[in-house]
Amino acid sequence: MTTADTNMTDMMQVTVAGMRRKRMVGFGIVAAVLVYLTYIFFAFDIPEVISDIDGDDARILVADSYSYKTHVTRDNRDGSVGVSIEGERKGRYPEGEAPSWVTLGETTVIQLEDGHEVIFGPEEIRYDIPGYGLVTARPGSDGVNATLPAGEVPAWINASKNRLAITTDAGRLSITRNRTEVFRYFSGWELFFFTLDSPYHGLGLSAVLSRSFSGEAGAIWADFWGNDMWRHSDVVWAIGETILMAFLGTFGAAIIALPLGFLAAKNFTPLGPIRFGMRRIFDFLRGVDGLIWTIILSRAFGPGPMTGSLAILLTDTGSFGKMFSEAFENIDNKQIEGIASTGAKPLQRYRFGVIPQVTPVLLSQILYYLESNTRSATIIGAITGGGIGLLLTQAIITQKDWEEVTYYIILIIIMVMLMDSLSGWLRRKLIKGDEGGH
Amino acid sequence: MALAETTSEISPSATSSYMAMIRRKRMMSGIMLAIFVVLLISGFLVAQERNAGDFLPGLSNVLGFPSDVVSEAWENRAQLPGFLSKYFPSLIETINIAAVSTLVGGLAAIVLSLFATRGLAKFPRLVPVFRRTMDLLRAFPEIVIALVLIFIIGGGPVPAMIAIALHTAGALGKLFSEINENAHLGPLEGLESVGANWSQRMLLGIVPQVAPNYLSYALLRFEINIRASAILGFVGAGGIGYDLRNTITFGMGKFDEAAAIFILLFVTIVLVDQLSSTVRDRLTHGKPVL
Repeated sequence: MTTADTNMTDMMQVTVAGMRRKRMVGFGIVAAVLVYLTYIFFAFDIPEVISDIDGDDARILVADSYSYKTHVTRDNRDGSVGVSIEGERKGRYPEGEAPSWVTLGETTVIQLEDGHEVIFGPEEIRYDIPGYGLVTARPGSDGVNATLPAGEVPAWINASKNRLAITTDAGRLSITRNRTEVFRYFSGWELFFFTLDSPYHGLGLSAVLSRSFSGEAGAIWADFWGNDMWRHSDVVWAIGETILMAFLGTFGAAIIALPLGFLAAKNFTPLGPIRFGMRRIFDFLRGVDGLIWTIILSRAFGPGPMTGSLAILLTDTGSFGKMFSEAFENIDNKQIEGIASTGAKPLQRYRFGVIPQVTPVLLSQILYYLESNTRSATIIGAITGGGIGLLLTQAIITQKDWEEVTYYIILIIIMVMLMDSLSGWLRRKLIKGDEGGH
Repeated sequence: MALAETTSEISPSATSSYMAMIRRKRMMSGIMLAIFVVLLISGFLVAQERNAGDFLPGLSNVLGFPSDVVSEAWENRAQLPGFLSKYFPSLIETINIAAVSTLVGGLAAIVLSLFATRGLAKFPRLVPVFRRTMDLLRAFPEIVIALVLIFIIGGGPVPAMIAIALHTAGALGKLFSEINENAHLGPLEGLESVGANWSQRMLLGIVPQVAPNYLSYALLRFEINIRASAILGFVGAGGIGYDLRNTITFGMGKFDEAAAIFILLFVTIVLVDQLSSTVRDRLTHGKPVL
């Protein structure tokens, strides 16, 4: 009786102590995480970062990603007026042509949204702002000579001797001594299908379709494919290059790692030193990492998709070698014994005893890497200069083509998701549908 | 042939149809293999054609850059310890980026995965929404988010941290929800019977069951994130990758410093690899970690 009692109390004490210990550990982990995050908060100088955030940059980026602006520009020295989309040479309207909201002539009338109207006269620029008043300017060598309505100048007007800038919801007018410029904003990605020099620009889908059936399909395709604003052919090539890098890198690595994996597996290579050597080679290939391989290889081969493929190939040969050798070590020997009992030679034993067992494992690992390497190939392309990664970095560096950045990001996401589904589909198809693996 | 003896009692028509099937199967595999090889070779040729330099001429130069680096580092070997300690703080920053993004991304992944697992989700109707969210986060290569964030908030560790954390939340969330699906529901019912609310049920009923598996995947992710954080540094997001780019683009004269950075990066990656695989091994075999 007494022994049972003491046992009970002992057990209770042990349990209570155990729970207390667990609770302490739980609180300890939470406390450690909080301490670490506090340290990071100061180490990364988060308050400074937050105060440095450039709200204007972010606004421009977001606005530009879904809208575009058309510039109407007047050269104040000779009075000539030109219209171009995003102010780019590639988006310029031909001489004497303009969109419907601009009336060219001796006096150019530009209609903005909400009934705003800017008039470029022969001498004078006039902008009658509803709810505020008439603003005029006579830019010349002595300044912009702006006349504003009486009273305090509002914050959205920036006026000085040599410069006048007015920003309203309807658009933007800026005047300097040499140049007058009006921006009008529109949503959408302009010139996505056809540039202004194409006869198909501005036609609706049905008009383009009916023309393509009447024998113009080739010309329509050529104009779309050669669109030098959005560069569709370059983009498709770039995506192809990125996928090619992933494909070559992954499967090349798998082909090299297969025989090496046997050399690193205990049950296939009895010689310890060879095994040890192979494993260290795998560790080295993985440890050097894709980044450094990319740097080394791009010095030798220059930028391009082959460099990217080889960088992926080298890193993944290390990863695959390690995984494959582990898979070989975990095989079931009974199958090999069974094959051997029928008098099979060593090569036949591998072919029928080992390969069918490991194929599903290896294939699923390879296909998993194919998907993740599509992402790596994008990243490597951004560093070494190839594929969609290069286009993305180029577009970001200009700091103004955010609609192109958005377009590339959407394409990258679609590409990765498609590769993900493809690799999943192949995995199911090859592994479940054919369990023998051959 | 051995086959003939065993099939002597089976009707010849069965044998021949079996052999025909085998032949068809072999032919299919042969065709598949041929297509695969053609794809591989033509793919390589296309890649080579679109590359700045060709494969064979470049092959002889592969060792040129490493030997430049090694020879310069060897000449100035006396300074190596100095360089190692000079770049050690950057290494710490790279590791910190990886650690904090794994931590934050992992915590987000736990919440996302609990919302995205059928049978556990608080709002069962929203399960597909959370799944798609995780797919989307996973599909973003870190560099995309990092480059855009560098434009908005400037260089430094924070853009890299956010970019890696977002990707980690998606990647780990998917793995965690697969783990959650295999959790026992008994503890949940017990907790529900004593009136626990949803977050208490998850925290006390599910998380303790799956914590070792979570930890194991998170460690694997930490390994990957160290590499990612070095790469993002290379495009301007701070840490040792940034120093690496500066020393390499400087060219000869700073290769000794580049060598020191290579060494730091290599040793770190190998150490974390070894450490995490040891810990993961212990976790999967149910042994205590420490």
